[in-house]
Amino acid sequence: MKRIQEVIKERILVLDGAMGTMIQRHDLQEADFRKNWFENHQSSLKGNNDLLSLTRPDIIESIHRAYFDAGADIVETNTFSGTSIAQADYNLEKYAYEINFHGAQIAKKVAEEFTKKNPTKPRFVAGSMGPTNRTASISPDVNDPGFRNINFDQLVEAYKEQVKGLIDGGVDILLVETVFDTLNAKAALFAIEQSFIEMEIRVPIMVSGTITDASGRTLTGQTTEAFLISISHLPLLSVGLNCALGAKDMQPYIKTLANKSTFYISAFPNAGLPNEFGTYDETPSIMCEQLEKFLNDGLINIIGGCCGTTPEHIHAISKLASNYKPRAIDLT
Amino acid sequence: MSLLEEYSSKYMFKWHNIPYMKLSGLEPLIFTPDTNFVNVGERTNVTGSKKFLRLIKEENFEEAIDIAREQVEGGAQIIDINMDEGMLDGEKAMVRFLNLIAAEPDISRVPVMIDSSKWSIIEAGLKCIQGKGVVNSISLKEGEEVFIYQAKKIKLYGASVIVMAFDEKGQADSYERRVEICKRSYDILVDKVNFPAQDIIFDPNVFPVGTGMEEHKNNAVDFFKATRWIRENLPGAHVSGGVSNVSFSFRGNNSVREAMHSAFLFHAINEGMDMGIVNPTMLEVYDDIPKELLDKVEDVLLNRKNNATEELLEYASQVSFENKKGNEKVLKWRDKVVEERLEYALIKGITEYIEDDVEEVRKLVNRPIEVIEGPLMNGMNTVGDLFGEGKMFLPQVVKSARVMKKAVAYLTPFIEAEKTVKHTKGKILLATVKGDVHDIGKNIVGVVLGCNNYEIIDLGVMVPAYKIIEEAKKNKVDIIGLSGLITPSLDEMIDVAKEMEKNEIRVPLLIGGATTSRVHTAVKIEQVLPSSQAIHVLDASRSVTVAGSLLGKGKEDFLAKTKSEYQTLRDYHAKKKDQKSFLTIDQARKNKFQINWTKYNPTKPRKMGSHVWYDLPLEKIVPYIDWTPFFQTWELYGRFPKILNDEIVGLEAQKLYDDAQKVLSKVIEENIIQVDVVYGFWQAFSDQNDDIHLINEKGEVIAKSHTLRQQTSKSAKAKNMALSDFIRPKSDEATDYLGAFVVSAGKNVADIAKQYEEDLDDYSSIMIKAIADRIAEAATEYLHEKVRKEFWGYASNESFNNEELIREKYSGIRPAPGYPACPDHTEKKTIFKLLNAEENIGVTLTESLAMFPASSVSGWYFAHPDAKYFGLGKIKKDQVNDLAKRKAVDESVMLKWLAPNLDD
Repeated sequence: MKRIQEVIKERILVLDGAMGTMIQRHDLQEADFRKNWFENHQSSLKGNNDLLSLTRPDIIESIHRAYFDAGADIVETNTFSGTSIAQADYNLEKYAYEINFHGAQIAKKVAEEFTKKNPTKPRFVAGSMGPTNRTASISPDVNDPGFRNINFDQLVEAYKEQVKGLIDGGVDILLVETVFDTLNAKAALFAIEQSFIEMEIRVPIMVSGTITDASGRTLTGQTTEAFLISISHLPLLSVGLNCALGAKDMQPYIKTLANKSTFYISAFPNAGLPNEFGTYDETPSIMCEQLEKFLNDGLINIIGGCCGTTPEHIHAISKLASNYKPRAIDLT
Repeated sequence: MSLLEEYSSKYMFKWHNIPYMKLSGLEPLIFTPDTNFVNVGERTNVTGSKKFLRLIKEENFEEAIDIAREQVEGGAQIIDINMDEGMLDGEKAMVRFLNLIAAEPDISRVPVMIDSSKWSIIEAGLKCIQGKGVVNSISLKEGEEVFIYQAKKIKLYGASVIVMAFDEKGQADSYERRVEICKRSYDILVDKVNFPAQDIIFDPNVFPVGTGMEEHKNNAVDFFKATRWIRENLPGAHVSGGVSNVSFSFRGNNSVREAMHSAFLFHAINEGMDMGIVNPTMLEVYDDIPKELLDKVEDVLLNRKNNATEELLEYASQVSFENKKGNEKVLKWRDKVVEERLEYALIKGITEYIEDDVEEVRKLVNRPIEVIEGPLMNGMNTVGDLFGEGKMFLPQVVKSARVMKKAVAYLTPFIEAEKTVKHTKGKILLATVKGDVHDIGKNIVGVVLGCNNYEIIDLGVMVPAYKIIEEAKKNKVDIIGLSGLITPSLDEMIDVAKEMEKNEIRVPLLIGGATTSRVHTAVKIEQVLPSSQAIHVLDASRSVTVAGSLLGKGKEDFLAKTKSEYQTLRDYHAKKKDQKSFLTIDQARKNKFQINWTKYNPTKPRKMGSHVWYDLPLEKIVPYIDWTPFFQTWELYGRFPKILNDEIVGLEAQKLYDDAQKVLSKVIEENIIQVDVVYGFWQAFSDQNDDIHLINEKGEVIAKSHTLRQQTSKSAKAKNMALSDFIRPKSDEATDYLGAFVVSAGKNVADIAKQYEEDLDDYSSIMIKAIADRIAEAATEYLHEKVRKEFWGYASNESFNNEELIREKYSGIRPAPGYPACPDHTEKKTIFKLLNAEENIGVTLTESLAMFPASSVSGWYFAHPDAKYFGLGKIKKDQVNDLAKRKAVDESVMLKWLAPNLDD
């Protein structure tokens, strides 16, 4: 099987779409989140999607399969909230490793299946590492801007546990994503590099930030370029943006990254902006129309979707991307 | 134009295959080939800004943040943040401040420079910044291993790094050393750490020029050359510097400093410095500098002229005293012949013209050494004679020595150029022994001997015995002089004597310092040094005679005389010892000091527990100064203020007092000395074994004060006292209390004194230390009054004037461990632990339990009206044994600490 570092030079790679949107289609109940693992857990677990890798692995497996079928080269593990910090909301911090390990194993199993079927299109698993639900750069207390409810060391510890679970479970890539606080991401990168040294293994790292709105800044106030500079100290496979914006609004910032970075560039926009019901309206064809501009400009190496995107979107994107050449890295 | 021959013009960036250095706050900061100079704001630095320090200490973060904001608004492209201050929890302050500015987008838009000499603070800071900042700084000071470890960590956190030109051997002070260290650092970073070359910034050390020292003349030029070399030879690396250092010796003259900063920047940028810490308010526009001033400043900076500094000073004095112009008096003594002028300058301690005069004589004689051997030594001999005759006094002699040192410093390069050997009367090694930090007396002796043409090798303070032996051997010294103030130093001196004997160092050993004595020297030190001679020296003026006798013709006579004198002392001591009778400790306890407790109603302190008070108001403390000991430091004896009218020393005492007042008002005005205290009060009761138990609010015993009892047998009515007698035994009827305190005024003093010493100004160095000691004592007096009237409040109505306070007329006492009532130094540990003195006010205890920094005071507070000071006197082994059990330490340990008090 070709390594991703080789494949990415040859063509634009396609990442999968939303996990949450797909899970919603199954209309799951509380019992689904408890099955076999947490039958007697004290508090409600519904909505803690990462648990489904343990309690309903069949559903997660089917979602991965759907995205691979749609043409994705890479799927993300169902581990966006798989840190002890995020799981603490459900009193499940002790299960962080399990969530990551099993989440990775399910995705890897499906990926291997697909690669076996068609070795010319190898499939990869990216271990999803979300931002957690706390920010190291912002105070949760409006009266005390110097206060923090999480610090760098705590983040590093939690991320290291996540990385260990993901790597033990067999991921090919680590994806630090939806970065709205760069300090959280720096802690994740710190944890990754330390884990690499301790586990004597290395996998490519992708970082994907989130530009919140038309100000062009992250939630913690950094411009796109400042964000890029702040996470460029490790050798990354790619840097890009995901979430918050649809393809159209994301384009100028992707352009900035492409102009300033020597890493490969990724873009996983939402299916437009959420409507008043909190769902996303952009159809695959509308989204592709927008994305075509990225591709025309030669900005992209990895393309996929975030909130509201489905296998139908990915199928359309995959078809579209195959017509374009990937961005060549300009090393001068 | 470049300063370096190889380069004809301004440095042009040439490493086009290397990425640019990119930093970020909320916004990017990129160093491109067109970046001329990036300006780093320096006001958010507690070591550089008094105001910022005060705000941080007071936790007034709102205003502290305003300083950061003003910096950025004023054009700082990076802000340097430094929390290195003894009194601060640096990590905590750094984290708090960085977290706060993260919430201020108009500040955090620029990158942060985390500035600390402590790695733990740097690392704490790196964990708080989302952008890519700069670490300031790391170096090879502690070796490659630490350097590599830190560099790897910095890379992992994602920051650029400033590397100081510093290695295991010290700070680079020449062009060659700068190049050597920067090259080595660069190679390690790039080859071994894989650190991005563009993220390496060198700080090749900006040192002051115009100090009057020959070796400082090329400081700026060396910096410029090193900068150019780094930029031309170390691919991608940057150069930064702290600009204000260069003008350090022109403090007080801002027009010169501003011009110098701007000229320095002009040349440094020309050679490739692309980043620097600059105070924009202390910067003149290069083109606006008056031509004449600029010329003179550049003469100094570029070392273009031999007497550039003098010319600049001369010019500067006109600039800064413009309003006085036209009035310059022609001084009469300047009309005398040059030899007489030198003598006059030496006696009067005038440095202004010394270099000109020395230069004039130098041109008249064949060899430069003759200037020293001739007129200068003649002048110093006159000083020595006048001093010996009691017509000159120590403060004057120290000032004379300053003139002499300046003259010699001026001549040294000429003499060395001739490569002649310097003739001195002999080499004398001086040291304050291990565990002791007090050096005023030692420094005075050094100055006095130095100006009597002895070569002084001063090893400084806290010098271990092996070091003294090593240096004595290496330098083949003729005399060793030891100094110490606290009683444990007496034992250290015995150790040094033993080591001398063992190592066959057969040179005389001079013993001096407040607790030393002829008896101790004769009985304890001379005994272990049979092959040589230990001699007690009462004060600095005697040191000259003693040294003269030991190295001159009458050596044998002098030694024989001393030997027999000391034998007599020993005999007398042995006899005296036999005569004194002692009680056993049990008997002594039966004769304790009795207080009728039923008549005493203890006052509960208003502020129980321990409390910290930073930065006491100096102007309130000053009236409490007891000046008498200050004059004693300078070997002028007599009570203040009568001493000012004394027939013999009055005039000099007045002059010294006037100088002291000047320093004092500068100290107050510029807040140079900072007084911090920590004090506390606890419930207490005494027990049968002379211990005082201290109890917290929960009723738990948190500490015990182990007091010592007088053991000599007393006449009928006299009592065998112990401090525990002043505390009520455990009882249900009433609770008694005990207090404790640590006061320190010493924090900045050593640095200031050192600066003076580097400027060859021992007079000011000794002066600032002596004043700091007085301020510490005065602050203790002031605090004690506050305690009596407010904090404890048992004497809220008292009212005494200073004289009455000095005479201790008030109620209650504050005995200090190490002093006569409680000579056990180890009790300081109890006080320090109770008050957490190290963490709270940064005072620590050395291995001999001296307080560091010097100018610190600690003790207990007793409130009972019958409590009084007493001298413990000699005690017997049975009490030491008993005490060791109470303290749960080995008897040998207590025997060591109490050796000076033990009757054996």
